[in-house]
Amino acid sequence: MSENSEILVHVKDVEKVFRRGSEEIHVLAGLDLEVPIGEFLALMGPSGSGKTTLLNLIGGLDRPTRGSVVIQGERIDQLSDRRLAGWRARHVGLVFQLYNLLPVLTAERNVDLPLLLTNLSKADRRKHVETALSVVGLSHRAKHFPRQLSGGEQQRVGIARAIVTDPTLLLCDEPTGDLDRKAGDEILDLLQALNREHGKTIVMVTHDPHASARATRTVHLTKGQLSSEAIA
Amino acid sequence: MKFLYLVGCNLRRKKLRTILTLLSILIAFLLYGFLCAVKEALNAGVSIAGADRLVVRHKVSLIQLLPVSYKDRIALIPGVDAVEHQTWFGGIYQDPKNFFAQMPVEPEPFLDMFPEFVISAEAKERWLKTRTGAIVGRKLAERFKWKVGDRVPIQATIWTQKGGETTWEFDIVGIYDAGKKGVDTTQMFFRYDYFDEARAFGEGQVGWYGVRVKDPARAAEVARKIDEEFANSPAETKAEPEGAFVQAFAKQVGDIGTIMVYILSAVFFTILLVAGNTMAQAVRERTEELGVLKAIGFTNAQVLSFVLAESCFISGIGGLSGLGFAWLLIAAGDPTNGALPVFYFPTGNLIVGLILVVVLGLVTGIVPALQAMRLQIADALRRT
Ligand SMILES: Nc1ncnc2c1ncn2[C@@H]1O[C@H](COP(=O)(O)OP(=O)(O)O)[C@@H](O)[C@H]1O
Ligand SMILES: [Mg+2]
Repeated sequence: MSENSEILVHVKDVEKVFRRGSEEIHVLAGLDLEVPIGEFLALMGPSGSGKTTLLNLIGGLDRPTRGSVVIQGERIDQLSDRRLAGWRARHVGLVFQLYNLLPVLTAERNVDLPLLLTNLSKADRRKHVETALSVVGLSHRAKHFPRQLSGGEQQRVGIARAIVTDPTLLLCDEPTGDLDRKAGDEILDLLQALNREHGKTIVMVTHDPHASARATRTVHLTKGQLSSEAIA
Repeated sequence: MKFLYLVGCNLRRKKLRTILTLLSILIAFLLYGFLCAVKEALNAGVSIAGADRLVVRHKVSLIQLLPVSYKDRIALIPGVDAVEHQTWFGGIYQDPKNFFAQMPVEPEPFLDMFPEFVISAEAKERWLKTRTGAIVGRKLAERFKWKVGDRVPIQATIWTQKGGETTWEFDIVGIYDAGKKGVDTTQMFFRYDYFDEARAFGEGQVGWYGVRVKDPARAAEVARKIDEEFANSPAETKAEPEGAFVQAFAKQVGDIGTIMVYILSAVFFTILLVAGNTMAQAVRERTEELGVLKAIGFTNAQVLSFVLAESCFISGIGGLSGLGFAWLLIAAGDPTNGALPVFYFPTGNLIVGLILVVVLGLVTGIVPALQAMRLQIADALRRT
């Protein structure tokens, strides 16, 4: 298992087939991807090309039909459901296009959610939540419910929730897809800062070239295969 | 414990729906409690009937009277331990709505036959000394605020006195208590000798006999011997176990009760189905949220238990308060003003009710909980 220590994510020869009734949908076909530590990778491609599917495989939300997903030297596609859940809690922060906050919880409660799965004391959890909210610049909105926040603010809460456990890997699925340009830029600023200043490794799905321009590298997904740096 | 607010906050999501669901469960269990009390009331007496006691009545019907002379003849039949007799008086106190039973009896044989009617030795002594004396049940005394020493007038509907007087006056000499649960304490018993001498007609006639047999195992045999003794006489008898007698008596009101029990049961289960469906619906609406929880790292088992905890919580709050209210209302007493003299929440039914509360919580929760558990994260998130 002596992977190159520089490589955090290693997707090897992955195939993903969905079955819808008798129909088979081949989404990924022998795909390879390596993400070094500290990279901010943009994953682009047309709608339906399989970007979310690939991100789900890297985040341990789904399993490949064939091939392997190795993260920090661990084959996560072979973990049991239970251990995979624990692995996600420890190593992955997820940011969704539609924020996916729990509407019944305040911003700070939403951010606190992943910490419930740790052994931290209540006081420590509070400290982590405060830090995460201040990183995204929303300390003053801690007690607000999602519906009381703008889209951009909700997404920042989403990012705070994703980073509160200090995960190895930050996975963002079209994080600016539902935001206007200004709010989107703020989110991209934030992700860039997390990458540059906090050294977070980020994989971001987007089909906005404006967004991918912020990344350190861009890959394109077409016909189940990746083509690197098609457009710089 | 730190997960508790995750369950709690979901109940606040749609407050109106939660409140309506809680209310319908509450009403269902209130209904259930009442149902049990009514059912128990209709069967009252059957369950406390002595296995060693027979009732001997006129073969044709309960309204036909028997000669008082049968008492000595029954006492002589082998296997008979003791005999007493009672007669339906059917009087009214102040208002026909104030229904309760009154019976003339012979104090000593009567008290000996029914040890479940408990009175003090002094009260018994007073009764034996007072010709117009009557003993009343605790509930009856409380209902009309009667005390020992009170004189109560009862209007006869059947038994007028010699000279046409229809009002009978009785002196309350004692109040009896229930010696065990389910004993009717809404009755009044007064002295047969006073009754027999004062009534305008029917002297020497009584309503029915209570007979205690020496060996309960041979009760049927003794009953047959009693009926044989009076066969081919002008007043033939029908002897049967006390339980069967009470049941036949209760049947007269019981059929309406049975229909009511069926209707209320149907209502109860309908409400539970509706409430259960609402709870399942509430979980289904949150599929993506459950998907997010899993994506964050909550395990399948955790998600399953959140959903189950939620349904059990609703069912618990609604069900327990329903049973609680039922308990309070039933404790407040017979709602029919006398038609259901024994009215209480049977412990056995209460326990069944508590079990039903848990079952409701699990049953309504388990289907959505399993769905939530099996939910593929990728699919759940795809819905958005
Ligand atoms: N769970 C699934 N079941 C069936 N088909 C799926 C499933 N998930 C994705 N697909 C299909 O796989 C293809 C890629 O989907 P997705 O990864 O969401 O694309 P993208 O994110 O690039 O828009 C689509 O054709 C989609 O319909
Ligand atoms: Mg997608």
